Amino acid sequence: MSDFVSGAWNIYIAVVTVISILGCALFLWMQSSAKHVEGKTTGHVWDETLEEFSNPLPNWWRWLFYLTVVFALFYLTMYPGLGSFKGQYQWTSAGQYDNEMKKANDQYDPIFQKYLKQDIRVVAVNPEAREMGQRLFLTYCAQCHGSDARGTKGFPNLTDKDWLFGGSPERIKETIAQGRNALMPAKGVKPDLTEDEIKDLAHYVRSLSGLAADSLRVHRGKPLFGAACAACHGADGTGNVGLAPNLSDKVWLYGSSEATIIETISKGRVNQMPAFGDFLGEAKVHLLTAYVYGLGGGQDVPVTTAETH
Amino acid sequence: MLTHDKIERKTGLLIVLTVLTISVAGLLEIVPLFFQKSTTLPANELVKPYDPLRLSGRDIYIREGCYNCHSQMIRPFRAETERYGHYSVAGEFIYDHPFQWGSKRTGPDLARVGGRYSDLWHRTHLLNPRDVVPESNMPAYFWLDRPLSDSDIEAKMKALRTVGVPYSDGEIAGAKKALEGKTELDALIAYLQGMGTAIKQVR
Repeated sequence: MSDFVSGAWNIYIAVVTVISILGCALFLWMQSSAKHVEGKTTGHVWDETLEEFSNPLPNWWRWLFYLTVVFALFYLTMYPGLGSFKGQYQWTSAGQYDNEMKKANDQYDPIFQKYLKQDIRVVAVNPEAREMGQRLFLTYCAQCHGSDARGTKGFPNLTDKDWLFGGSPERIKETIAQGRNALMPAKGVKPDLTEDEIKDLAHYVRSLSGLAADSLRVHRGKPLFGAACAACHGADGTGNVGLAPNLSDKVWLYGSSEATIIETISKGRVNQMPAFGDFLGEAKVHLLTAYVYGLGGGQDVPVTTAETH
Repeated sequence: MLTHDKIERKTGLLIVLTVLTISVAGLLEIVPLFFQKSTTLPANELVKPYDPLRLSGRDIYIREGCYNCHSQMIRPFRAETERYGHYSVAGEFIYDHPFQWGSKRTGPDLARVGGRYSDLWHRTHLLNPRDVVPESNMPAYFWLDRPLSDSDIEAKMKALRTVGVPYSDGEIAGAKKALEGKTELDALIAYLQGMGTAIKQVR
């Protein structure tokens, strides 16, 4: 790109380039046209007997040098180099990139478009689409959700039936394209919880999914849950999709140990699914949605292969 | 006639010709860049100087030698833009002194890592990469979860101002306050999360 503050820079570049190339040729000509006497030395003597001949360059070498000068001039007529002169090929690195993208789009777009027009439930059972989806998943999603999509601490498992923001194709697509932000405030909606009360709460939360808990603490934790947590997680702790996770099932995003639950309650949790819509484009998001939906955890019964034909 | 016999016998002439020869490429390829809009002006209004936290993060990035394995330069090839996002442009780096383009990718390019992962991911990954990417060979930076030093942040910002980063007096005065209670991990994550976000990752 040549967007100089002054057009004089274009002239400067062109002039210095041409002068330096022609200077090389002139210098070469001066050296090769100088009189050389075969066998004459430069006159210097080093280390008692070490002398240097003053022979001309071998012809093949000299002509190779001239050839590089000719090549340089030819190159500068075809490619950009002389200031703002674009060259006969009109080559630019951005143009080369655009061509590469266009070529790839021409080849792959029809495939993506074919699936984009189909319902996600249909795409989800198509073997070719699943293969494409898996490759996309391994490139863009596996770093967090794992190559088997089973997630890890803090990153949801996508193969189970538990969905924080909904497991319908529409919701999954929305999650991938626009991302999600999740925030659990520290101490829920009751900021005056004491450490001991938090421990009571943790035991009550563990009891909701049948985990071992101190019955006295569970008894004391129950009213605290109503005050601090029920607004989001519901009175029975079964949660609300899109708002707060279900605490009565076996799925624990951050862990179910007493210590982890106490950490979650005391410090809160902030988590995020980044948005991929702008980056990947709708067609790829569509394929990824179908792949994730087809992993077995998708809600609504997927159509069978027979229905797709 | 300028024969090599003559040049070699006159040291002054030899010096002049040597300097001339080796400066041609620099005069043509380096000097004009200082007078080009695309290399001296921000790519768009979203390219901003690093705030104190991100600046501290950048210095941790340099201290830990992240640039040895990570580049920050997406080249205009489909193979790179499909994975990383829009190719890098010069105007994104005008507040980088020095820039962290790097030259080697043992790990992936980071030029557009901002917003690609959650803060939690970065936290987990920096403390022990294997926790989220089992096959990763990146070292664990477990010591980063310690208080961030703010002793020289003002001096750093002033130094950057002398090379053209437009920090106001107010920004420099408030720098220490912005770092209060932060850890090195917070700073590094803030730096990473801001990286390359000025150019929308459009396809």
